[in-house]
Amino acid sequence: MTYAIEISDLKKRYDNGFEALKGVDLKVEKGDFFALLGPNGAGKSTTIGILCSLVNKSQGKVSIFGVDIDKDFAGAKQFLGVVPQEFNFNVFETPFNIIVTQAGFYGIPYDVAAPRAEKYLKQLGLWEKRNNPSMQLSGGMKRRLMIARALIHEPQVLILDEPTAGVDIELRRSMWEFIKELNDNGTTIILTTHYLEEAEQLCRNIAIINKGEIVENTSVKSLLKTLSQETFILDLATNIESNVSIDGFTVKTLADGHSIEVEINKGQSINDIFVALNEQGLQVQSMRNKSNRLEELFVKLTKG
Amino acid sequence: MKNTQILVAFLTIVRREIRRFMRIWPQTLLPPAITMTLYFAIFGNLIGSRIGEMGGFSYMQYIVPGLIMMSIITNSYANVSASFYSAKFQHNVQELLVSPTPNWIILMGYVVGGVTRGLFVGFIVTLLSLFFTDMHLENLLITVLVVFLTAVLFSLGGFVNAVYAKSFDDISIIPTFVLVPLTYLGGVFYSIDLLPSFWQNMSLLNPVLYMVNAFRFGVLGVSDINVGYAIVIILAFIAVLFTYALRLLNRGHGIRS
Repeated sequence: MTYAIEISDLKKRYDNGFEALKGVDLKVEKGDFFALLGPNGAGKSTTIGILCSLVNKSQGKVSIFGVDIDKDFAGAKQFLGVVPQEFNFNVFETPFNIIVTQAGFYGIPYDVAAPRAEKYLKQLGLWEKRNNPSMQLSGGMKRRLMIARALIHEPQVLILDEPTAGVDIELRRSMWEFIKELNDNGTTIILTTHYLEEAEQLCRNIAIINKGEIVENTSVKSLLKTLSQETFILDLATNIESNVSIDGFTVKTLADGHSIEVEINKGQSINDIFVALNEQGLQVQSMRNKSNRLEELFVKLTKG
Repeated sequence: MKNTQILVAFLTIVRREIRRFMRIWPQTLLPPAITMTLYFAIFGNLIGSRIGEMGGFSYMQYIVPGLIMMSIITNSYANVSASFYSAKFQHNVQELLVSPTPNWIILMGYVVGGVTRGLFVGFIVTLLSLFFTDMHLENLLITVLVVFLTAVLFSLGGFVNAVYAKSFDDISIIPTFVLVPLTYLGGVFYSIDLLPSFWQNMSLLNPVLYMVNAFRFGVLGVSDINVGYAIVIILAFIAVLFTYALRLLNRGHGIRS
């Protein structure tokens, strides 16, 4: 089977002796929406840097759509589009020129690149700004410009390195709709993000990297199943007169006077909580997770 | 990449380089025009009229080829060093690195960009010189060949400088402390026949001397050194610098971690 990305025993030691990757093995299937998560300095950006040739690997094998980067890096690069974390375009150039120039670097002539640039600039809401110097774009527009630039050669794999960092909620949602549509049309998406609810909502498979090693690599569903405990916050219809207690559960009354925090272990039923509260004359108005479920696992897997 | 795709990538880099120096023409094209006009007026006209002839030509006629060559050298060098370092500084060099464009095409694209600016400025300075003196070409082929090869050589030099540079200061140190002294001592303003024999021999170690004299031979038909020898020296420097610059790019020196 040919994978979109196949990495084996990937190691990277920087000149200062820091070992950023200690033998990473990773496979991303074609058409996947894949999350690569990890704390700062875990090795995410180094891995991505090696994939797109911004970082030289020390050891290991990397293939992109079956093309070994040691044998034909130019061929492998044709499959890959990258949206980096930092803005990395010439701010004096216009969005249209930036995109058409990038197409040229992939050997795409102007008469093919120009209509494509128009298509992506329109889809990403940048067409009106196409002839303005890029330095005049807002932060969100700059991020969208980098997405349009990464798509101009119509890659099979799109790597997004924290694309929504510093982007407002509305824009973030519209960006995800666009990326989901790309994925629905067959583009493999690899995402790194610090917003774990994004990874939980969008990605099918996930790898968590910590200190240069993959500590978890599975489907999001399977990973969430391993949660042994979840904490819920229940908003009650009336104020609580005294501390609430429920047999078998750890309950904490919150300072606002009408909410409680309940820890539920694996195997326990949430219905038992509702029944117990009902018996005490308390009605639940709404309920939510205290923190993102993936976040709880992430902290557990990467702490220490 | 297919050959046609490689050609597209090459032309894209060249176009981008030309667009860059044309966009900022008050910084790239205007200053050499003003500086060289001052050289022509002060050294050529005012002081030159008191110096008299050199190599059988008026002093103005003698220094014009040297000054044209000086502007070609400094501008081809400055174009590549500033452009590539800026691309490193703004990280937009990554646009090229993530693409399948071969390294030798990246190098050639930047060099042709530098050569184009060097020749463009050389043309402007030549036009300006016509306000001060008559000029005829003694040997068109030698003139064109030497101008082109010199622009290539110093574009490559600018590229190597930019690869090593870690700050904007680093791309001005070499022009200030190496390029300008070599150019001034390279026979732009005088014939090395005027020097004592020790300094004549020392001057022969200066590569700029060969370029200035070969160009002067093309324009005036006079030279302090053998022109064929000068062209071989320039070609040798080009071969060494091209190989070295390509090696730096392949290793990712200063641009890949």
